[in-house]
Amino acid sequence: MIEIKNLHKSYKMGSNSLHVLKGINFSVEEGELVAIMGSSGSGKSTLLNILGMLDVLDEGSYTLDGVPIKNLNETKAAQYRNKFLGFVFQSFNLINYKSAMENVALPLYYQKVGRKERQEKALKYLEQVGLREWADHLPSELSGGQKQRVAIARAMAAEPKVLLADEPTGALDSTTSYEVMDLIQKINDAGNTILIVTHEPDIADMCKRIVHLKDGVIVEDKKITQIRASQYV
Amino acid sequence: MFNKDRWREILEVLTSNWFRTLLTAFGVFWGILILIVLLAAGKGLENGIRSNFGDIATNTMFMWTQSTSMAYKGLPKGRRFYFKLEDVEAIKQNVPNLRFVSPRNQLGGFNGVNNVVRGIKTGAFNVYGDYPDIINQDPMGITSGRFINELDIGEKRKVAVIGEGVKASLYDVGEEVIGTYLKIQGVNFMVIGTYKKNSNDGNAEEIQKEIFIPFTSFSQAFNQGNNVGWMAITANDNSSITQLKEQIFAVVRENQKIHPQDVRAVGHFDLFEEFNKVLGLFMAMRYIAYFVGILVLLSGVIGVSNIMLIVVKERTKEIGIRRALGENPWSIKLQIIMESIFLTMISGMAGISFGALVIYLINYFLETNGPVEMFLNPSVSLGVVITALNILVVSGLLAGFIPAQSAIKVKPIEALRME
Repeated sequence: MIEIKNLHKSYKMGSNSLHVLKGINFSVEEGELVAIMGSSGSGKSTLLNILGMLDVLDEGSYTLDGVPIKNLNETKAAQYRNKFLGFVFQSFNLINYKSAMENVALPLYYQKVGRKERQEKALKYLEQVGLREWADHLPSELSGGQKQRVAIARAMAAEPKVLLADEPTGALDSTTSYEVMDLIQKINDAGNTILIVTHEPDIADMCKRIVHLKDGVIVEDKKITQIRASQYV
Repeated sequence: MFNKDRWREILEVLTSNWFRTLLTAFGVFWGILILIVLLAAGKGLENGIRSNFGDIATNTMFMWTQSTSMAYKGLPKGRRFYFKLEDVEAIKQNVPNLRFVSPRNQLGGFNGVNNVVRGIKTGAFNVYGDYPDIINQDPMGITSGRFINELDIGEKRKVAVIGEGVKASLYDVGEEVIGTYLKIQGVNFMVIGTYKKNSNDGNAEEIQKEIFIPFTSFSQAFNQGNNVGWMAITANDNSSITQLKEQIFAVVRENQKIHPQDVRAVGHFDLFEEFNKVLGLFMAMRYIAYFVGILVLLSGVIGVSNIMLIVVKERTKEIGIRRALGENPWSIKLQIIMESIFLTMISGMAGISFGALVIYLINYFLETNGPVEMFLNPSVSLGVVITALNILVVSGLLAGFIPAQSAIKVKPIEALRME
């Protein structure tokens, strides 16, 4: 599903150049649930941004579902993001003047899905995250966990190949975190490929594979036995 | 373009801060209002001045004799001379594209002595000896009877067409005018018609106090021989009298043995040239109106652009989210430009409507309080309104362009990082 070879990325900070990713080789199969771990500054978010086509790589190659991702202009990148990827952010990033349903329907709107079908699909995904009754509420009327579940529903609505989550539980308390992880595990059980960036070991343990980044290189890449979040909920 | 969701979005954005939207809209509203009112005022002035010219054929020149200023062919300078009927014929023969050449003799006039007598009533009036063509150059409405015709000229009939003003001072109210006789400088003329001229000029009263008699009768009755006092010459519509007049002067100089360089011998007044000068003035006024109006509008448009920049700044994060979700940058750009055009159009149309109301009120006051000199019926044509709308669309586009560009300049990843 994801194939990365010899990935380098550096940022220019004035006259200094900060080498963030120093030759990453990494691949993800379909249906995997991968946690990318590392302390802050280890390059995990940068890696996720490159995977999410929000940032471009300096060197190396990136193939997503057999499509080489390179030299994308913004229009093409937007199209690929819409088709291949779903994003879940730490700060939820819902659009605050749109209702939960409208937020979920947004990626479908960019796919030019008709209004009625869009609403039906959005309601279906809200149902899956257990928030159907909250469909007409604005994000400001939802709790943190609910917001993140709406964000997950939104990410799933476009039926992406890969779900990318950047610290999805970073802003939530542990109970809510486990609820969200339970949801993510269920989505993964349905066969979706998911990558999670986190620095919390207990969250990482709920994935099927942990990739440990340190100073821009992968220091550890192991498959683990998944801990089900449902036992804590 | 007519996408329900997009329009909903535009309305959501613009109504989220009413006060700001209204203030921004006011700039454009004010600009277009001033443009419309200035153009209407210019038009009002133009209408007023045009109506002062009345129905006079404007492609016309008046020409009279003065004394020569150069000696020529043995004739001294300072010689006085008269146009002759032969000059009229020569002009008609030699200068093409002339519509009317009307020789004219004149008697009496402004501040003149009483020259017309009817019974015990007397009056001082302009008396003209004219050809029938003059009615086309100096139009008048015949209110009763008829105007002079070729038979009157040929038979040198002693007949007269008098103005309503003459009728009012020499006749009692309701008295029959046609067929009565007037004594003009001791010679009896029979009244065959009355006229009324259109003009709201300052001399509106004066021009109703004229008497027209056949040119030939005039010459005979008042001993003019074949002298011609002055001429009114009108060119065809597709050529201008201003271009033809030098040819006319040349013919006259040749006939009258005047030095070819003697420009002072023949005096003239070129109505067409004067009229064009006034037209040029209107053109200049229109340019000034557009110039000032568009500059005021421009400051409004800059206001819109400024606010759109702020809106984009405020929405940077949202735009980042949308792009992460896969919105096409072009779609974002289009959204911002449409917001800008929508705002300019709405406020501009409000400005145009309000301008129309102002013009209506001015017209209303003009109508109720009577006419004002040199100002009549201020208005803007549909063409001006369409031009204004086009200006609005273009300025909305321009106002939205820079903010739209700045909206997609920020990379989604940077936009998302904003807190």
